[in-house]
Amino acid sequence: MQKFSALALLRRSLSRHASWQPQWRAATPKPAYDAVIVGGGGHGLGAAYYLAKEHGYTNIAVVEKGWIGGGNTGRNTTIIRSNYLFSESAALYDHAVKLWEDLTQVLNYNMMFSQRGVMMLAHTVHDVHVFKRHIHANRASGVDNEWMTPEQAQAFCPPLNIEDIRYPVLGAALQRRGGTARHDAVAWGYARAADALGVDIIENCEVSGIRLDASGAVAGIETTRGFIGARKIGVAASGHTSVVAKMAGLHLPLESFPLQALVSEPLKPIFPCVVMSNTIHAYISQSDKGELVIGSGTDAYTSYTQRGGLHISTHAVEAICELFPIFRRVRMLRNWGGIVDVTPDRSPIIARTPVPGLYVNCGWGTGGFKATPGSAHVFAWTIARDEPHPINVPFSIERFRDGLLIDEAAAAAVAH
Amino acid sequence: MLLIDCPWCGLRPEIEFAYAGQSHIARPASLGDLTDQQWADYLYRRDNTKGIHGERWRHVHGCAQFFNALRDTTTDHFVATYRIGTPKPNTDESP
Repeated sequence: MQKFSALALLRRSLSRHASWQPQWRAATPKPAYDAVIVGGGGHGLGAAYYLAKEHGYTNIAVVEKGWIGGGNTGRNTTIIRSNYLFSESAALYDHAVKLWEDLTQVLNYNMMFSQRGVMMLAHTVHDVHVFKRHIHANRASGVDNEWMTPEQAQAFCPPLNIEDIRYPVLGAALQRRGGTARHDAVAWGYARAADALGVDIIENCEVSGIRLDASGAVAGIETTRGFIGARKIGVAASGHTSVVAKMAGLHLPLESFPLQALVSEPLKPIFPCVVMSNTIHAYISQSDKGELVIGSGTDAYTSYTQRGGLHISTHAVEAICELFPIFRRVRMLRNWGGIVDVTPDRSPIIARTPVPGLYVNCGWGTGGFKATPGSAHVFAWTIARDEPHPINVPFSIERFRDGLLIDEAAAAAVAH
Repeated sequence: MLLIDCPWCGLRPEIEFAYAGQSHIARPASLGDLTDQQWADYLYRRDNTKGIHGERWRHVHGCAQFFNALRDTTTDHFVATYRIGTPKPNTDESP
């Protein structure tokens, strides 16, 4: 692996940057691997990296039906935070935030991780109560979160309109360790680091079936590039996880919905943090390229179209114009949709399954990006040891049978 | 925005409707006899079909009636809408 540094950049400029190698090999599938990860997004590539790095699994592959990072990893709003209500969730998401903090150094890849603060606005008395409850719960879990008055919120984010608005801002909860990262870099950084450890990254390889042996355990996957044998298969296929799991006869409690986001034309730096509003339903940040990145909602119905209705993104833009009147004349550049898999309790599933050798990492719903390193880390542990990491013990499939739901539905930053 | 053919009112825009989940899920008759897994399956397990999906909609800002629909989740095209109580059309004949 060619190490990235200022010195390397300088040295290669002498050869007009012609000597850079591809960041990962275009691997052709081997007949069999010790483990195969289905889904080349951040969660899958990260799991492969941690399997190789921390568990000694180097004869493994990641199969991806399109190009890596082309699914939800490249379609989200890149927001990172860990101010979840329940201690199980706070532990999982804060594990991720801690890994984010030095991921650039660990992977030698610029994640552009920026802890610029995530501020969640309260517009009703109910919001105030809920957010203060969150703040106290987070403090008890060791997660930073603090209450801001409307004036403090406006000082932290000057474009914010707190008064001349249908639902005035009554306060805000601020997680200073929250922020954003470069979404593509997450996929590319993990892919490059995993490849350097010997992991095969196989793109344009769609899984069409899962082969089970006589005992009912997994034996491998049928793909568009032929059969690939593996005794351990980890599925991290976001919106299509239920489709893949059905190939092994496994029905997961998931439904897939399109979730939209949009970006504006690039502007000079004007927006210093991430702002989310549940009541008015919008969230916004500014990318380093200058685009305003705006999160919209999910469509009401299940779908795999990666589109979503225009009225959904229109609603998000209306909310942004209400909260930030200075953006009313900004033009939107692009909008798109990603297919998110939602569980009944809005918490993910990172677990073994009843099918021996089959593991799933799914159900991240509308907020999986922030968890990428933590999710990948505990998923790799689960696959390697055939038992969950202490952090993902509560995130089993059996919790739905046993009534141990982690009901974060009301705790999402915005209601989807 | 989708155009949805309410079996009572005809074609109307999607914003008049509420989605109401997968259709033709029968509530188990004798709840006391169910295992925890069967109860969880009834509550939480959904087909999440990629293809022709049977689902319920409600024309909340219209006639307020529930009805059933078949929709292709890969294109969002409605194959059929039909009134509650009528059987599910055979999708093999549908376009």
